[in-house]
Amino acid sequence: MVAAPGVPTPFSRLPLRIDALTKRFGKVTAVDGLRLELHPGECLGLLGPNGAGKSTLLRSVVGRVVPDAGTVSVFGCAADSAGARRALGWVPQELALYSRLTCRENLESFGRYYGLAGNALQQSVAWCLGWAALLDRAKEPVKNLSGGMKRRLNMAAGLIHQPKLVLMDEPTAGVDPQSRNRIFEMIEKLHGEGMSIIYTTHYMEEAERLCDRIAIVDHGRIIALGSKEELVQNAFASRSEVLARFAGPADRVAGWVEQRGGRYVDTAAQFTVEHPTEIVGLLEAVAQAGLELVDVSLRRPNLESVFLHLTGRELRD
Amino acid sequence: MIVSIVRTAMVSLRRDRGALALSFILPVAFFSIFAVIFGGRRDTTPKITLIVVDQDRSSASQRLIEGLASEGSLVVNRRPTPKKGAPQPDYTATSAEVAVKAGTAPVALIIPPGFGENPISFGNDQNRPTIQLLKDSSDMVASQMIAGLLQKVAMTSMPDVMAEQGSKYMDRYAGGLTPEQRKKMKTSLDEFRRRESAHRTDTATNGGESTSHAELSNGGIVPVKTRDVVGENKDNPMVSFYAAAIGVMFLLFTASAAAGSLLDEADNGTLDRVLSSRVTMTSLLAGKLAFSTLLAFSQLVLMFVWAWAVFKLDLMAHISGFVVMGVSTAFAVGAFGMLLASVCRTRAQLGALSTLVILIMSSIGGSMFPRFLMPEAMQKAGLLTINAWAIDGFTKVFWRDEPLSHLWPQVCVLLGVGVVLFAIARKLAQRWEYT
Repeated sequence: MVAAPGVPTPFSRLPLRIDALTKRFGKVTAVDGLRLELHPGECLGLLGPNGAGKSTLLRSVVGRVVPDAGTVSVFGCAADSAGARRALGWVPQELALYSRLTCRENLESFGRYYGLAGNALQQSVAWCLGWAALLDRAKEPVKNLSGGMKRRLNMAAGLIHQPKLVLMDEPTAGVDPQSRNRIFEMIEKLHGEGMSIIYTTHYMEEAERLCDRIAIVDHGRIIALGSKEELVQNAFASRSEVLARFAGPADRVAGWVEQRGGRYVDTAAQFTVEHPTEIVGLLEAVAQAGLELVDVSLRRPNLESVFLHLTGRELRD
Repeated sequence: MIVSIVRTAMVSLRRDRGALALSFILPVAFFSIFAVIFGGRRDTTPKITLIVVDQDRSSASQRLIEGLASEGSLVVNRRPTPKKGAPQPDYTATSAEVAVKAGTAPVALIIPPGFGENPISFGNDQNRPTIQLLKDSSDMVASQMIAGLLQKVAMTSMPDVMAEQGSKYMDRYAGGLTPEQRKKMKTSLDEFRRRESAHRTDTATNGGESTSHAELSNGGIVPVKTRDVVGENKDNPMVSFYAAAIGVMFLLFTASAAAGSLLDEADNGTLDRVLSSRVTMTSLLAGKLAFSTLLAFSQLVLMFVWAWAVFKLDLMAHISGFVVMGVSTAFAVGAFGMLLASVCRTRAQLGALSTLVILIMSSIGGSMFPRFLMPEAMQKAGLLTINAWAIDGFTKVFWRDEPLSHLWPQVCVLLGVGVVLFAIARKLAQRWEYT
């Protein structure tokens, strides 16, 4: 990575600090008094369902959304300030590219918008093309690229000015598994080089693989924050999760599940047990209640379980 | 099934305001414009301004001028309009020609000395003085109309002269009148002149309404020599008019389409990305305006170079005027495109609105037919359009050979309109600036 110019360096300052950020759209509160700090070189995942407020949060950081309350600082600079713009890279969820321009021309255009010129611009373009594995497609118009290539170029365009903090808004949306893996490798490379990253997703696998810490976002608030292990530990301690599916009337099943201290969400019942052997007692209770069990599994809780546990909803609702 | 399809299509149409406007508003608007122009509403028929220079200052020339002035379709000017309240001297042959060249009036009549001695002739008398008709052939109608009216007015305003000339011809070609017949003829003519004089006084007292005294046959009783003082030395003078008229209309379409990229970028997120960089909304819009201006100017260059190469338009002799008018026009249409794009929410809206607005502007602004053919009110309404000012400016350059300094009204208006439209577009673009 080429050294970033002009970033107000004191690295004692946090790459990102968000304090009591609130944004409302009419009667809908998209971001609700949210607080967050990103440590230098950290990859922080924002995990939440669609409409949780993740994109609004990122757009507030890049200055595209004016918050109703709260503050955002990027390396000590206010959001939307010149310093913040230099230090920030943004990979929007949309493919924000000029479709008739080639890969190289796109990168050159966005580089110039950030004030790059001459050798610095060409070096940065070359780095971005290499990072996105698009060197051999540099002269290809964007409209001719595959979906995965467009996604990679979209990411590269966010890094053209060599920022120190990059915000990635669901960068794998709509790409095939192979392309997704390639994108993961790109992000891991960046992370390995010390880039501070905010990564939004509603795929827990992505958050688990890429992020040092994960903030679970729902209704514009961070309802849990920590590493995957911390989140699971905090939600479930050492307990395991039993997932069961039943045939028969949903109302009756839901009533019985809640009586037993479980949760019934979207045709599935979730229970937690301290020890795996407790599942035997649970199965006996099912039989006694006259319910028809279709499927049952025992597993160590994951982020999906944490989200379900905290919100009562599934992550991909 | 067919009813369902019709119903679905109707609901879709109802919700597409652009398509609705194109389907219903545009045809009615166009029909109305054409109906007003060609519908023959007499109260709105344009009057032709006629400059008259009376070098003869005889009774006959006075009566001829009075006769022309009493024509409802003419506005006769013998002197320029007062400047700062100070009356101006009468037009001379030179100043009248200058005025026609400048477009002050499409036609000027020069009544030469000696006209009153023999104002009407039924034969081909080569020796009598000839009225000069100076015309600006960019107005193809005015000079024809004046030439016809002149013959009519000569007969209706000077019936005694007609009768006298008739008796002279009879005397000359019918074997001669006896002294007694001549005496009776003179007495009758004197009485006729007395009655005519009394009638003119009455008419003037009653508001100057004209009365037709005779049914006319073909013209030619007043000798007239017509001279095209504007287009006489040009190979293909009307080409510049059409190049400007058609060019401006297409420039407007091009500029609005180019500005539409703003909507595309807002739609696909590129605008957000650009605005998150060091680019501000003002600099982004200024960049788009610069591009639209450059594109529009390039189009004009292409069109005029084509006209020069193929239709012998004298571009090289007017290159500086062309550049000044071209840049001003391109700037104004570029800003117009920015305004349309910033008003609209989608490309579809922009397409519909720009078609509606540009076609209406072009029809009343003179891009489809010359404004001098339109009723006065519509000619004035045309001044609200970019088309009219641009066409007027190009006409000054290519048609009237006017110097650059004479282009200031058109240049100021076009640049001013461009600045105002851009300022409004910038204000409206705030909706993209932040959420």
